[in-house]
Amino acid sequence: MVLSEKQKKQKLTPVQQEYQALAKRIEPKRTIFKNCVRAFLSGGLICLIGECITKAFITWGGFTEKTAGNPTVAIMVLLSVILTSFGVYDKIAQWAGAGTAVPVTGFANSMASAAIEHRSEGVVLGVGGQMFKVAGPVIVFGTVAAFIVGIVHMILQFNGTGAGS
Amino acid sequence: MTLRGHQSWIFENKPRIFGSASVVGPFEGQGPLANDFDIIHGDLMLGQNTWEKAENKLIEEAAKIAIESAGLTKEQIQFYVGGDLLNQIISTSFAARTLSIPYLGVFGACSTSMESLALASLIVNSGSAHYALAVTGSHNATAEKQFRYPTEYGSQKPPTAQFTVTGAGAAVVSKHGEGPLITSATIGRVIDMGITDPFNMGAAMAPAAVDTIQAHFRDLRIEPGHYDLIVTGDLAKVGYEIASELLKKHNIPMNQTDFRDCGMMIYDYEKQSVQAGASGCGCSATVTYGHLLKQLRAGTWKRILVVATGALLSPISYQQGESIPCIAHAVSIEYDGTN
Repeated sequence: MVLSEKQKKQKLTPVQQEYQALAKRIEPKRTIFKNCVRAFLSGGLICLIGECITKAFITWGGFTEKTAGNPTVAIMVLLSVILTSFGVYDKIAQWAGAGTAVPVTGFANSMASAAIEHRSEGVVLGVGGQMFKVAGPVIVFGTVAAFIVGIVHMILQFNGTGAGS
Repeated sequence: MTLRGHQSWIFENKPRIFGSASVVGPFEGQGPLANDFDIIHGDLMLGQNTWEKAENKLIEEAAKIAIESAGLTKEQIQFYVGGDLLNQIISTSFAARTLSIPYLGVFGACSTSMESLALASLIVNSGSAHYALAVTGSHNATAEKQFRYPTEYGSQKPPTAQFTVTGAGAAVVSKHGEGPLITSATIGRVIDMGITDPFNMGAAMAPAAVDTIQAHFRDLRIEPGHYDLIVTGDLAKVGYEIASELLKKHNIPMNQTDFRDCGMMIYDYEKQSVQAGASGCGCSATVTYGHLLKQLRAGTWKRILVVATGALLSPISYQQGESIPCIAHAVSIEYDGTN
């Protein structure tokens, strides 16, 4: 898999190392601070919109704080899919970075974009088979992480409540 | 003898570009070279129902217009040499099916433009054909789909990333007739400097360009000043700067000539968001067969050297952590108005 910086260096010849040092000096760096600020603003804005929708559901839709979550996510996903379909989401994402990738809208975008892209290979093999191409790892590792956290949670709970009696 | 030095060919029988064409998509039509292209499509799909068919159509159109511009019919062309970026070079092979010209498919990634032109020239120079056709094309959406993410996926590209050109270029090479002469070609070696980031193709390809440029000067025993213009295929800003630095380090007097890069010419950095610049085999093909040939005919330059650069990676090879092997092929074109 991914090699560490040191391992990579070991495999390279001196000429390659010298070249990479030269290339690295010339390459423009990712603007990490700027990207963070943009991600904070855009991600925050998406969450703010979500919060407004939740409040609207509670105020006018007769939902409670708990039940308003699901319809809010549905609307955010719908908005993201619409923006993806009109070819706007990827343009916003170039500016926003993690701000549009991390919220549920990013997840919806990853599935919708793959589904649109592979529609030409048919509904079953194209849309069905490729839809999770980008989103698949998120689901797999999300489930694995949830599993591990669940076990840790269970062990801690046993210690907290069961150990004394 | 055609072979000169270690890896170069001198075309002593004067093959020439008798007809040429360049066809591009809407985004390229908004760039500074718009006036030099034969067709600018307003629709990225070109009226087709898949991206792949759109790329196929780009290539077919470029081939047809080039043949027409030479005043020929496709039956008069003996051989068609060409390639593209897709797996199994489907766009080119499907175009060859339509054109039904005896066909040699080649893959050199983005160096395909000059690889196919060099081979077509060699065929004509050796007397193996009266006319040979060299066509190269790429499409932004098919390349994104195959090499990166779905086109509408919102991923943030780093400043070293490049934008694949939607376009195809074609040239009819002939022994007779009027047109810019193809005087020599240098076939490149594969160079791998251990770069693994597919969003940094410029840095991966720059050493290959430098290697081929040096080999060309060594084999032909000339200096950069022999050419009015030396242009690389698609190094873009990052790769171009690295290549300039390497050439300086190797004491190649590039200041004798005008050194540029096709990947920095086709888009407007101010108005178009393309990060480091353009890439794709359509880049050097459309810039050469569109812009550069027109400028040659206009007398801006008399002798040019086009060094098309290619990154020979596949989506699987970089996922497996392999580095990116690269190649560059150089072809020199001359025109003094009397050819």
